[in-house]
Amino acid sequence: MKAATAIRKDFARHKSIYLMAAPVILYYLIFHYTPIYGAIIAFKNFQPAQGIWGSKWVGFDQFDRFFHGYYFWRLLKNTLLISLYSILFGFPAPILLALLLNELRMRWFKRVVQTVTYLPHFISVIVISGILIDFISRDGLLNDLFAFFGADRVAFLAFPQYFRTIFVSSSIWQEVGWGSIIYLAALSAINPELYEAAKIDGAGRFKQIRYITIPSLVPIMAILLILRIGHVMEVGFEKIILLYRPTTYETADVIASYIYREGLGGFNYSYSAAIGLFQSVVNLALLYSAHRISKRMNGSGLW
Amino acid sequence: MTIKRSLSEHLFDAANVIIMLILVVLTLYPFYYVLMASVSDANLLVGHEGLLLWPKNLSMAAYDLVMKNPNILTGYRNTIAVVTLGTTLNIFMTSLGAYVLSRKGLYWMKPLSVMIVLTMFFSGGLIPTYLLVNNTLHLGDSLFALILPGLISTWNLIVMRTSFEALPEALMESARIDGAGEWRILFKVVMPLSLPVISVMILFYGVSHWNAWFSAVIYLRDRELFPLQVILREILIQNSTDSMMTGAGSGDRESIGESIKYATIIVATLPILVVYPFLQKYFVKGVMVGAVKE
Repeated sequence: MKAATAIRKDFARHKSIYLMAAPVILYYLIFHYTPIYGAIIAFKNFQPAQGIWGSKWVGFDQFDRFFHGYYFWRLLKNTLLISLYSILFGFPAPILLALLLNELRMRWFKRVVQTVTYLPHFISVIVISGILIDFISRDGLLNDLFAFFGADRVAFLAFPQYFRTIFVSSSIWQEVGWGSIIYLAALSAINPELYEAAKIDGAGRFKQIRYITIPSLVPIMAILLILRIGHVMEVGFEKIILLYRPTTYETADVIASYIYREGLGGFNYSYSAAIGLFQSVVNLALLYSAHRISKRMNGSGLW
Repeated sequence: MTIKRSLSEHLFDAANVIIMLILVVLTLYPFYYVLMASVSDANLLVGHEGLLLWPKNLSMAAYDLVMKNPNILTGYRNTIAVVTLGTTLNIFMTSLGAYVLSRKGLYWMKPLSVMIVLTMFFSGGLIPTYLLVNNTLHLGDSLFALILPGLISTWNLIVMRTSFEALPEALMESARIDGAGEWRILFKVVMPLSLPVISVMILFYGVSHWNAWFSAVIYLRDRELFPLQVILREILIQNSTDSMMTGAGSGDRESIGESIKYATIIVATLPILVVYPFLQKYFVKGVMVGAVKE
């Protein structure tokens, strides 16, 4: 009973803090935990008129239908490939940019490059996609340049073989600058004495980068990579549904865009909720595995 | 002491500057092209090929049509409403949560922060959220559907908590001794001392409301409520500039459609381009490295 008294005392003493916490708790309960509870429609055959409780329980039928469905392997492959390419090229890009920025000697020039490269991050995905569609269309700027060099004009967005390249490279273009901020912050925290000591030991610029700068980024790289891996199953699907078309579904349709079409276009609520649940669970499992691996390899993970 | 730089270092520096210049051009040129094209004569633009360095026959015709368009105007109005109300509520709720979590030694704080952080790694998904907002809460066709579900970004909450925790405890202690309550401490001591991080949060939340379109597409049916980005999507992605051309002569229709696109992009992006440089120096506060751990 001692614990109960302690809890009551704690509550009485900090009543006003708990009162402040109330709206925050309420928000998380309503808008995060209610949908998590609502995800049980994945095991039902949900009919809006019958409500979550009234709808019939069907167990794993919806999952079965998805795993054995016609599109399962295509969706999984597209999702994983786009994610893989995004990580493979998109993860190192801001690190490289931060390293190069860090080596610039002219302060003002560094600031100009930073200001410019952060900018696209703040532009809406609609505008970015709109410009992209315009630039790579048959009579767009990119094709003008190709034509100038004698190549044929190609309507890039109409063919599946170009989709991943377009998607991944435009995302890198948009986010590379913004992504570099966190690394630049880490770089500015390096003790300058380390560089002084290295100079006295005769290390040149490249050796300093190799042995001081890069190692000091490893912890933050590890954390960001783990977090990134925890989102492998969700690619930036807003841009996908803006850029894809039925002729490019073959490479462009991912799990998230399929959920959107089936659920909100086709009203297959339970089916698409099941796919969403599958997506969330795989993400969580990947995050946890990445965390464990990182813990084992360099002793630090997310927590 | 002068440090001798080897030839390879000189080469590296030169190459680095060149790479950065290319990056700057690659980043800015698309926006520059859009700006130039938006003030060009639509008929000349259609026949134009390749890079655009200067406007083709300066013309503001596209802006005229865009500014007269009722869809754009209501879009602007709705977006501004969502940005102001949404961001205000975001900042209020996020500060509240950050302050609560920054308090130490309370019995329920640990479970509370676990409950909050978990939502970063696991969610119910799109469909259950949609059903909650649309069917249970009946927020369909209300601008609150665009505001309430994202009231707090957990990431921002954690960044803000880390920043609150860095404030000297003595300040709050002395306010407490002077008899200030928790609300007073938050609003009169903690928040005024945290203006840099709060301004970054205003920018983050504000921009995300300005750019948001997906919730509007799934929750709103009434065109009168459409925010700017949804109108933009119709013009840029779904390629319908028809509604805008009521003022244009029939012969110019096809060509002016192109410049309308560019002019709309500029009109819809300008507010961000104007605010952004002023807040840039605070950015690093919003991505604090320390915030990731714990």
